Amino acid sequence: MAKLIALTPCADLLPLVAGRITLSEHVPEAITSVSPFAGRGAEVSAALKEIAGGRLPKPNRTTGARGFRVIWTGRHQVMVLGPPVSVPGAAIADQSDGWAVLRLAGPGADQVLARLTPVDLRRDVFKPGHTARTLLRHMSCSITRTGAESYEIMVFRSMAKTAVHDICEAMTSVAARA
Amino acid sequence: MRIDCPLCGTRDRSEFTYQGHALALARPAPDAGEAAWDDYLHNRENPAGQTRDLWYHDPCGAWVEVQRNTVTHAVTGAVLAAEAKR
Amino acid sequence: MRLTGRGLVDPDHPIAFSFDGQTYEGLRGDTLASALLANDVRLVGRSFKYHRPRGIWSAGSEEPNALVTIGEGVGQTPNVRATCQELYEGLLAQSQNHWPSLKRDAMAVNDLLSPFLSAGFYYKTFMWPRAFWETIYEPIIRRAAGLGALPGRPDTARYDKAWAHCDLLVIGAGPAGLMAALVAGRAGLDVILAEEDSRAGGRLLAEREEVDGMPGPQWVGSVLAELTELPNVRLMERTTVTGAYDQGTYGALERSGLHLSDPGDVPLETFWHIVARRAILAGGALERPIAFKDNDRPGIMAAGAVRAYLNRWGVSPGRSVAVFGNNDDAHRTAKDLGEAGVRVAAIIDSRSDVEIAGDAPVYTGAEVIGTSGRLGLSEIRVRHSGGERSIRTDCLAVSGGWNPSVHLTCHMNGRPVWREDIAAFVPADGAVPGLAAAGAAAGSFSTAGCLADGAKAGAEAAEALGRPAVKPDLPRAEDGAYAISPLWAVPGKGRAWLDLQNDVTVKDIKLSAQENFRSVEHMKRYTTQGMATDQGKNSNVAALAVLADATGRSIPQTGTTTFRPPYAPVSIAAMGAGSRSKGFAPERFTTSDKASRALGAPMIEARLWYRPSYFPHVGEKTWREACDREVGMVRSAVGVADVSTLGKIDIQGQDAAEFLDFVYTNTFSTLKPGRVRYGLMLREDGHVMDDGTTACLAENHYVMTTTTAAAGAVMRHLDFVHQAHRPKMDLRMVSVTEHWAQFAIAGPKARDLVNVVLDSPIDNDSFAFMSCAEVSVSGVPGRLFRISFSGEQGYEVAVPARYGEALFRLLLSQAAVLGGGPYGMEALNVLRIEKGFITHSEIHGRTTAFDIGMQRMISAKKDCIGKTAAARPGLIDEGREQLVGLKPAGPVRQLTAGAHLFDAEASATRENDQGYVTSVGYSPAFGTYLGLGFLKRGRARHGETVRLVDHLREIEALCEVCDPVFLDPEGERLRG
Repeated sequence: MAKLIALTPCADLLPLVAGRITLSEHVPEAITSVSPFAGRGAEVSAALKEIAGGRLPKPNRTTGARGFRVIWTGRHQVMVLGPPVSVPGAAIADQSDGWAVLRLAGPGADQVLARLTPVDLRRDVFKPGHTARTLLRHMSCSITRTGAESYEIMVFRSMAKTAVHDICEAMTSVAARA
Repeated sequence: MRIDCPLCGTRDRSEFTYQGHALALARPAPDAGEAAWDDYLHNRENPAGQTRDLWYHDPCGAWVEVQRNTVTHAVTGAVLAAEAKR
Repeated sequence: MRLTGRGLVDPDHPIAFSFDGQTYEGLRGDTLASALLANDVRLVGRSFKYHRPRGIWSAGSEEPNALVTIGEGVGQTPNVRATCQELYEGLLAQSQNHWPSLKRDAMAVNDLLSPFLSAGFYYKTFMWPRAFWETIYEPIIRRAAGLGALPGRPDTARYDKAWAHCDLLVIGAGPAGLMAALVAGRAGLDVILAEEDSRAGGRLLAEREEVDGMPGPQWVGSVLAELTELPNVRLMERTTVTGAYDQGTYGALERSGLHLSDPGDVPLETFWHIVARRAILAGGALERPIAFKDNDRPGIMAAGAVRAYLNRWGVSPGRSVAVFGNNDDAHRTAKDLGEAGVRVAAIIDSRSDVEIAGDAPVYTGAEVIGTSGRLGLSEIRVRHSGGERSIRTDCLAVSGGWNPSVHLTCHMNGRPVWREDIAAFVPADGAVPGLAAAGAAAGSFSTAGCLADGAKAGAEAAEALGRPAVKPDLPRAEDGAYAISPLWAVPGKGRAWLDLQNDVTVKDIKLSAQENFRSVEHMKRYTTQGMATDQGKNSNVAALAVLADATGRSIPQTGTTTFRPPYAPVSIAAMGAGSRSKGFAPERFTTSDKASRALGAPMIEARLWYRPSYFPHVGEKTWREACDREVGMVRSAVGVADVSTLGKIDIQGQDAAEFLDFVYTNTFSTLKPGRVRYGLMLREDGHVMDDGTTACLAENHYVMTTTTAAAGAVMRHLDFVHQAHRPKMDLRMVSVTEHWAQFAIAGPKARDLVNVVLDSPIDNDSFAFMSCAEVSVSGVPGRLFRISFSGEQGYEVAVPARYGEALFRLLLSQAAVLGGGPYGMEALNVLRIEKGFITHSEIHGRTTAFDIGMQRMISAKKDCIGKTAAARPGLIDEGREQLVGLKPAGPVRQLTAGAHLFDAEASATRENDQGYVTSVGYSPAFGTYLGLGFLKRGRARHGETVRLVDHLREIEALCEVCDPVFLDPEGERLRG
């Protein structure tokens, strides 16, 4: 029996460096979408707290601990990055292979994103742990601030190459202007 | 132009897809008759002033009923379509 | 000429540049304009229409005359204002709009023909004969029009587009803007201070004034030092705010790399979207000219610009300078010139009741009535109370007063307000929500007034945003009154220029009024006044004053034309930044992309996806040969195609089945786990939206398949139906398209191939047509569907995308053993046409379930989206165009999609149109082209012969109308 070899979404595209800004791929063990059914939010939230160390995040927020990151990704929808999860009272779907997770870090990372997304990422408005569903140029994305100068960006797997291209272009500009 | 998403906050118009007047929320009964269905499907006011229309916030998947003014372009309110008055 | 020891330029840093092939030297801090004037270059360009010699009028972005081309070859940029271009080492500049040379321009003949080229000339002349328009007039006009030339090749330089967010945007860093930013910044607001110039300070850099006991530039430096210390204040130099838009969004153009010899990866320009809760317009005012005969010669300049060159750049634009004005600013110019040791030839003031001190000859109640000097000013003619006289001078500084820069306040339909005391328009309050004007932009012309105004506006913004500001001590500064007596045009014969950029004269405006183009908007279009890059910055108010006079109305009655964005020109490259080439749209790649390309497959775009067109074999000369082989391969053995691009939506919940019943015409609540059903989806207006299969994976758990093209639209539609119409239904939907790599395996040997990769083999009985199951694929958890889009025994096998490439390669290698291989979109299309399966070629938005023969799929037992509308008589009329198959029935065997259908004997005219062809493919099985199309009453016309006419490709063919299912109508093959 032939064994199927696995490839990550950004295989052979990353990492990239421009000046002091880096772009790398993060491959979580699994990505699971969790969508609580009507009236089951509290139950799902408690279960997530138990499993993933964080309750159901409110819109534009993340929770999670112990290697889990629970990201609000839309109406009635969160994505759990970490080991696979399953909780009663919610629609669960495996999304592990559907998203490319990119980590952008370094001084100027905010200026890189300012060239790619219309969303307000000022530090006192968009703090560590805050997240936004928005656009990265022309594509839908999820952006989470993970630190003062670091972000985690999720885009559809099929668009990983374009995302890397667009981010790389912005990194080049910002690095040249530094 | 910037539009309020009740979930995500105020966002640039490029994140939204426009749908048309919010009366699309009030679907007539199947047997409501031709006139009601014509009004629902085709007949639209073209107001100079306040209007309510529907926008889809593509990134988060929420349908939003936006109240705005077609003359001043002021956006005066936004609610989730799922919770809007019919 | 350069005056040593003056100005803010750096005498220790000479910079070499060239203009029209000649090398010159400037200093660090120069603009191209100041460096040219320092080198006594006065003639810089030729005017647009009459090719009159022109020089430098201003010292800012309002420059109408000194437009030059920077650079050469691919990187050359035409129509750059020399007044905005910072000097850098090796800068190459060329003058424009002349042939063969700037000094001898053959097109200057237009100037001699000017009596015939007055306003409206083009409208009157090029009306007839009509046939001349495209062939003769337009090419001539196009060749004569425009100033500089584009390189004609793609611009390879870098440009950026970016976003910025702030509490307060301050537009302009002159005294008002600096004070506003300082007060608001100290109060803790997030401030962006945008300054068009390369250096903050505004008029304080151009005047000899003291602020708080310091020279103006020094005070500016002290404020900048404090602003730099504030982390919440961001100074954006070289940034012109170009437009005010809804909800506090502003457009701004930053010339981020245009001042660099070698920008490297620094973008030449960055176009900013700035989102601000409040804004202060502190953009200052623009000095306006006075129209008099021949007032356009090189050497005639705005008086404020003369002071700017003198005080900021240490350059005197002339050796003997005359000053002409209707306000006190003119005297300031004379005073500064005198102090700099430049000879003042005369002071001419149109007002009679003014006292003017100084050594220069003074003429009050006087006007300049003419000038001479072929390529530059040499003499002016002055009319005064005592008569007329000529004065020799090489530079005339003119001031007709100042116009506040109201432009941005008009971008959202605001109309400026006339203020008689300053004879100028000022911004209307609240014209742009959240934006307030301050300083000279609001009509406050003294430095002290600007400082106070700016501080007040900054404090008000802070207050409004909940951060009360501390009232600052206002710096001491000049506080003179602004006295002006309007003078727009000096009466007299000859051409007096109002709009230097568009060559519009006082006479043109009067002619416009005389020919009844009396509305200011009509006058603008008739004369072209206020068009092109300067957008009336210099000429607007004077032109409408002349129009007001000619039509016997007041200036407020006449009104202004509408100022629209952009305030200053924005290059298309900056607006399109990031959207060129690969940045135009995202590219979506399947997991089999690399392997397909490695096999030589040309890729075609399906929305954003790239899919293989066909897989060429050695020796195949055309795509058709490959396509025919692939079709035959599927019909006789097995083929593999990547179908991951189809939308996959995971639907779960106790109301999921009921929801599917509502969005599909047919019933899904009866679908059992492990089964798949084809579904048809309508729009609410009764037309077909999409189709596809939906699998029931478990109780209350479905996965819906959409077409590739409509995947996004269907997701949006499902969200709409759920949220708008059935918000109480308990279900959740999420796209899982990207998670799965899915491959169609089709052909009589499909099951053999599937069983090679499955860990537990299947057979026909246990896994019948329209079955689905979770399976193990070579050790990986996957999904298997028994569905067919080819009419053959067909499966679709799905694995998590990380294994997609590996599974594709495995399937191909194993298919080869069975005599099969990959097939592309072309073959897929032929296979489905042979079976009469529809795609968006058929469900193109104007067809109904009735039209495609699926009326019976609209369940009578339940409501669904589109059901009521689909039942309207017009949508189920037997006379409608209905889906049919088409086979060649005459000597011409070629059929084409897009062709129209006519009765065999009827002429091919619109009135006789009977329908059209939507899809055509060559069927190797039938040895002929087959087509699908829509024909009036088509289902009743099987067996008839119709005529296909393709007017575009000039093809005519007789066709037999038949059932759209050409192959295996009983479906035996796909169940086998």
